Amino acid sequence: MALFALADCNNFYASCERVFQPRLNGKPVVVLSNNDGCVIARSEEAKALGIGMGDVEFKVRAMMRTHGVQVFSSNYALYGDMSGRVMRILGDAAPHSEVYSIDECFLDFAGMTDAKAHARKVRERVKQWTGIPISIGMGSSKVLAKAANKLAKKATGGVLWITPENADEWLELLPVEKVWGVGRSLTTRLAAVGITTARGLRDVEPRWARQEMGVVGERLVLELRGLSCMEIEEVAPPKKNVVCAKGFGRLLTDRNEVEEALASYVDIAAAKVRAQGSVVGTMQVFLQTNVFREDMPQYCPHRVAVLGEATAYTPALIEHALRLLRAMWREGFAFKKVGVMLLDLRDSTQLSLFERRNNEAARLRLQAAADQLGDLVRWGSMGFDKSWRLRAERRTPRYTTRLDELPTARAA
Amino acid sequence: MSCTLIGLAVETLPLHRLPLVQARVPGGFPSPAEDYLEGTLKLDELLVKHPAATFLMRVEGDSMIGAGIHNGDLIVVDRAIEPATGKIVVAVLDGAFFVKRIVVRGDRCFLCSENPKFKDVEVGEWASLDVWGVVTNVIHALK
Repeated sequence: MALFALADCNNFYASCERVFQPRLNGKPVVVLSNNDGCVIARSEEAKALGIGMGDVEFKVRAMMRTHGVQVFSSNYALYGDMSGRVMRILGDAAPHSEVYSIDECFLDFAGMTDAKAHARKVRERVKQWTGIPISIGMGSSKVLAKAANKLAKKATGGVLWITPENADEWLELLPVEKVWGVGRSLTTRLAAVGITTARGLRDVEPRWARQEMGVVGERLVLELRGLSCMEIEEVAPPKKNVVCAKGFGRLLTDRNEVEEALASYVDIAAAKVRAQGSVVGTMQVFLQTNVFREDMPQYCPHRVAVLGEATAYTPALIEHALRLLRAMWREGFAFKKVGVMLLDLRDSTQLSLFERRNNEAARLRLQAAADQLGDLVRWGSMGFDKSWRLRAERRTPRYTTRLDELPTARAA
Repeated sequence: MSCTLIGLAVETLPLHRLPLVQARVPGGFPSPAEDYLEGTLKLDELLVKHPAATFLMRVEGDSMIGAGIHNGDLIVVDRAIEPATGKIVVAVLDGAFFVKRIVVRGDRCFLCSENPKFKDVEVGEWASLDVWGVVTNVIHALK
């Protein structure tokens, strides 16, 4: 029988900050979006103060100061690297894994004996090895695993498995708007007919769901009943970061082949980013060998690049991705997967003047001109550098990716 | 001890890509196969046993000089290794990182320095010890 586990890092960005600043333990922590505009991550203590996701910084500034909230600019170099570490550990935990976003990963637990004990071990290992706390939700469909994940923080040990026996009890606790793929308008329509919980949605007639909510709605109901029938991308494509990672049909040892795959994944991911009107600020690329082939040498590296200028221009993103791949490439390994994660997605209207001028169609013309002018254009753009740099006044050091920004251990 | 100048060292080679060339003293025609560049020595392989769990930190202070850890050195910290008595660790004290050796005497647990100028810190029971990671290597630049 199908069994999916969804591992999700708790308050990921805030947790990353805490790993390297233990003085923050127990204190409210908030991370701001690029340009320090609004709240994008909160520790449990910050949530308890009523600070909301997406709250505009200056509106909650006075309140945060009163309560001694520790406020940080986003540090995507750190988050991208810590994500790579967590995903690597998760990748070892199941024969198939699917990185869904910077802090979420599906694991295929089908056929596993004592899956719950295994999930607990995985959770402990991620916490011990990286310092990042995670929750794991399990169920026989991905929508159920996601629902279980939402509830897992309330369950003992941060692991919850929704089974046919306990589904009534747990799905009753989950408001329907928390079910994956249920948006605001659907929530309103469901409320009008008295459906407010995940359990209520599960128990509608699939035929009625099809009439009222279309094919996706019908499948959602089936998924909640434990029948796996959807690719997760169909339900809810992630918005804050975009991942494209697929296993190869066979193990690849040739760099050119891996580069081709990576370039095509970047193309897919970049199109999604453009479709939501965003540009990319940070990129992470990862490579995986097949860790279940114990007879073969293993190498699962990842690298992060903070882009000099945010872009959604595919050739530019491919260039960055290939540069990262080449920097970590080693001969002599057979790779099963390559993936790209586009992070720090910004609204393209937020772009600085220089970046906007540089974007998309204009960029094509600019690039052609730049090729002819050579160093002159590079020189000119370097001169702009500081004027269009985003605000990141409270960014912590890039503890894991810069030799000159390492954490300090006192010998005193 | 004597030294012989055999040529200039190549300074531009990145540290983590030291080429390892295998060649034998030729007895006849050299085999083309023996010119084959075998790959590179990677310091990562020596220093990093658990890549997902390994971090670098910079040392500040000289309380661990007796263990060969000097001010300004880099330490390799592996969080996958279980802390145990006798191990040098990065521990959290008052919200900051300290590099110390764990010493257990009876049911009392200490974080000890390796320099007589510094006092040991008693942390109470083992459970109240907050270990961030175990130090596996020191990278010390000779000045």
